[in-house]
Formats: sequence, structure tokens, C-alpha cells
Amino acid sequence: MIRNSSDRRFYGVLLAASLVIVLVLGAIAAYLGQLAWPEIRHSGIGFFFKEEWDPVNGQFGAAAFIYGTLVSSLIGLVIAVPLSMSVALYLNELAHRRVAAVVGFMVEMLAAIPSVVFGLWGIFFLVPMLRLHVEPVLGKTLGFLPLFQGPPYGVGMLAAGVIISIMVTPTITAICREVFRGVPLTQREAALALGATKWEMIRLAVVKSSWSGVFGAIVLGLGRALGETMAVTMLIGNRNEISASLFAPGQTMASVIANEYAEAGGGPHVAALAYVGLALFVVSFCINFGARFMIERLKLRKAAA
Amino acid sequence: MTSATSTVSPTSGSSRPRARAVSMAQVSYRDIRRKWFNRFMLGTLGVAALVAVLPLISVLYYVFKQGIAGLNLEFFTQLPKPVGETGGGLGNSILGTLTVVMMATVIGLPFGIASGVFLSEFSRSRFTYTLRFCVELLAGIPSIILGIFAYALIVVPMGGFSALAGAVALAIILVPTVAKTTEEVLKLVPDHIREAGLALGLPRWKVILRIVLWGSRAGISTGIMLAIARISGETAPLIFTALNSQYWPHGLLEPVSTLPVQIYTYAIAPFEDWNRLAWTGAMTLVFFVLIANVSMRLILRRKA
Repeated sequence: MIRNSSDRRFYGVLLAASLVIVLVLGAIAAYLGQLAWPEIRHSGIGFFFKEEWDPVNGQFGAAAFIYGTLVSSLIGLVIAVPLSMSVALYLNELAHRRVAAVVGFMVEMLAAIPSVVFGLWGIFFLVPMLRLHVEPVLGKTLGFLPLFQGPPYGVGMLAAGVIISIMVTPTITAICREVFRGVPLTQREAALALGATKWEMIRLAVVKSSWSGVFGAIVLGLGRALGETMAVTMLIGNRNEISASLFAPGQTMASVIANEYAEAGGGPHVAALAYVGLALFVVSFCINFGARFMIERLKLRKAAA
Repeated sequence: MTSATSTVSPTSGSSRPRARAVSMAQVSYRDIRRKWFNRFMLGTLGVAALVAVLPLISVLYYVFKQGIAGLNLEFFTQLPKPVGETGGGLGNSILGTLTVVMMATVIGLPFGIASGVFLSEFSRSRFTYTLRFCVELLAGIPSIILGIFAYALIVVPMGGFSALAGAVALAIILVPTVAKTTEEVLKLVPDHIREAGLALGLPRWKVILRIVLWGSRAGISTGIMLAIARISGETAPLIFTALNSQYWPHGLLEPVSTLPVQIYTYAIAPFEDWNRLAWTGAMTLVFFVLIANVSMRLILRRKA
């Protein structure tokens, strides 16, 4: 493959530059670990089960942030997954080619809008809308559930979840489209030939055989949702407490770092925030790793078939 | 499917030829229900597409409507005014963003392009699989984590927040983006072009640099534009690396104001003047992002 010495040198340069990327990945983990080390040694695993977060008295526990991250991501996925699947099906199976090109591009553009712009839009459009129109209605109709009790602030878990859903929709849609495209045409034709309506064809021939791929898309979407920072920081209300209501303000792992890191000024506070960051890094690393692995395996199986 | 006469449902196979006889009335009722359910579900899918697009339209509408109000020369040339005084601009933030993004590009670009070329041109190397995995993983790391990394790498040893630290964080975001678009663009070059070069006796590196890369320069530079647009909007990794400043940038090792961080600061501030500056700043960012994305799309379509 590589014949002469100048080619070998060229290959070597590219390889070295690429190796740096691999090294950076390792360095990120190492530096985060080093920064967080004082707090890891001080409170160990118990850090993640303690709710109290009191920088003034040096008491640190990340339970509230983990709860906030999970709940806001969950709200985001509950909205985004059915929506993204529907959009992917519409674009792949129903829409005219030109319509699909335009709508598909617009959905992709959602991913290009900077997070801070979504935050700005959220503060001045989404939050007032939730406070005035959505949350009172939810409180009236579903208020018997603890999830929808309490005063409608606007900012809070629900706002964060909604903005997350908007921001992960392009990711999930793109992967779902790829997965649905992998279903052989003959399978669709077989369903139609048996007399299925178009919807039955979509359900039986397309969706049913794609669940594992869709699951990969959901996991990747979860990876995006967990790490979403700026828009969430601007909309979640930033209160370091766990509360059952989705209307109440909260805090996520990413948002507490964005909020407090610049003012933490070294010492145990920075170590605790770095520990939160390390946890977020490990989780998102595992999620991405798992999802890639799943999608890779799916591709291999398709190639073998 | 108006098979009112058929008594065998499409799902029952020949193994059950005498399946329960279904009366004609029932069949047609069921088929009507299926037909309407079909219409309802297909309609739902269409509505979903509409719902997914609405936020984009709403964001663009608000950003341009609110942003245009504050658009004037002052916005680009002036420093922000203290609270209470009207006017002022985000000149320092725009210049700061240009500085930090340029530095990030200089740092990250060689690595991004090199690994993109590696992924596309040496796709049979054993290292390629690992590299692709690492690039994907790097792209999946929340950007705020890269901020902490740059803080530990630069801010702590150098003893202060600096534009350089922000640039390093942004460079790490730039690398996987550039690598992926470069790979994609290079894969559009048909193999027979490479073979033609090799057949002329050119060494492989010359084929790659002079023919493959040079021929794809339009696509690659748009990919770079796209990556630059992406990092220009990144806020989280800059908050505690480049920090912020009320003055013009005056050194790469000093804190510097950047557009996204300034938008963040002014968006959550309770002063209308600052909010207005935030909207105009957001419009500037979004405008740049839109241009980069649309041109990338046009180039890819022309090539494909």
C-alpha cells in the first residue's frame, strides 16, 4: 500500500496528527480526574447520593443535579422521540422529494442554531408561554399528579425539558431516517401486496424491523440531552434542590458547572464541580460508546445479510 | 382495498382456509375503519413535521425581529455602556470572538484536516477504525467538559483566564467537525481520479495533496466554514476560560469578551438595553451560521 519513503513520511505525519486526537481524549479524562481528585478522595461515591450543596461551608453532593439532568433529559426524550420518528417517517415515506429536501434541511438547521440563542428565545418566548398558557392548563387538568402541582413559574424543569426536546430532535430524526432507509424496498412492497394500507405498511414493514436502530438513535439523543448546557442553564431556574413538580426550578450537572465554575475561585468548590464534570464525561462517553457500538453492529449485520 | 366480497382477511394464511366467516357488513366496516385510521395516522405524521419545524421558524422570526431594532453602526464599533446609559455596542465582543475563533482554527485545523484525510485515504489501515471511533466520541463530549479541560490545561498553570484557554477548548470542538466533513467531501472524489494520478507515476502523497485535496478545496473550505460557524456560537466552554471583559481585547493571555458569552450575560440581565444588545448579537451569530450552512448544502448538492 505504501511504496516509497516520501509516502511513508506523509503517512507518518497524518498518523501523528491523528494520534494526538486519541491522546486528547485520554488527556481530558486525566486532567478532569486530577482536578477533581481532592473531592473524590474526600467524599468518594457518596458524593452522588448527597443532596446538600453548600459551597460556603464546603458541603458538596450532586444528587440534585443528577436528578435534574435525568428528569429534564427524560422530558426532552418523551417529547422528542415520537416527534422525531414521525418526522423521519414523513420525510422518508410520505413527503414529495422537494418537500422532503426543504423540511429535512430545516430540521437539520435546528442543530446549527447556537444553544445560547435557544436560551435567549426561551427566556423571552417559551417561558412566558409556558407560564401563561401551558402550565396553568396542565395544573388544572393533571394537577392531581404531584408532577404538575405548584405555582407556574415558567422557568423550571418543564422549560428545560421542552428546549432539550427541540435541540435533540435533529439528532434523533437524522439517525431514524438513516435506519428507516435501510429497510429493503421489497419488504414495503410485500406489505402493500398483502393489502396493507400505507400506515399499516409503515408500522409493520418499516418501524417494526427498525426498533434496534431507533433505540440507538434514542441513546445518542440521550447523550446530547445530558450534556446540553447553555439553553438549559438559562431556563431551568438554577435551584439546587429536588422537587417533585416539573414546574419547579432545578439544576442539571452541566448547568451547575456553567453557573458556578467561573466564580468558584479554586479550592474545594472547583474540585467538586470538576467531579460533577468528570461524572458527566464518563456517562456521556459510555452512552456514545454504547450507541456507536450498537449502530456499528447493525451495519455489520446488514452488510452480512 | 374495497374488498367487501372477500371473506378471508389478508393476514390469515392458507393453513386456515375456513377461518371464521366474516359477514359482509363487518368487513366493510373494518375496512372503512382501516382507511380512516390510515388517513388519520398519515395526517399525524405530516403534522409532526410541521411541529418540528415551528421552533426554527419562531426562533428565526424573533431573532431577526428583535435583533434588527438594535442594528446600527454603533453596535459593531462601540464598547458596551454601563447600566442606565443607552446605546453602546458589542464591538469588543465581536472582535474577541473573531480573535478566539481564529486562534482555535489555527490550532485545530491541521489536526482536523489530517485526520479527515487519514479517514478517507487510508481507510484500510487498522488504525482507521480506532480513529473514527475517537473522532465520534470527541464530537459527543459535552462542550462544557472541554471548558474544564482547557481550564485545567491552560488557566491553572498560567495562573489566569485567557483568550488562549478559550481557543484551545474551541479547537477541540473544531477538530471532529472538520475531520468528518473533510472525510465526507474527499469520499465524493471518485477512485478513478486517484488511480489516474497513480498511473501517471505520482507518489501517493502528491496524488492526495495535489489532486484529491486540491480538487475538493471548495467543499473542504465550506466544511471549515461550517465548523467555524459551529464554534462561533459555543458559549459553555468559554464562560470560565476566556471569561469576559468590558474592554477591547488587548492580549492573547488576557480575559476577553466573546459574543456568545456576552449574549448569555445580557440575556439573563434585567435591563432592557442589555437585552436588546443580546438580540442583535444573536442575530449576528445566526446570520453567520445560516450562511455557512446554506452554502455547504449547495456545494454538497452540486457535487453529489
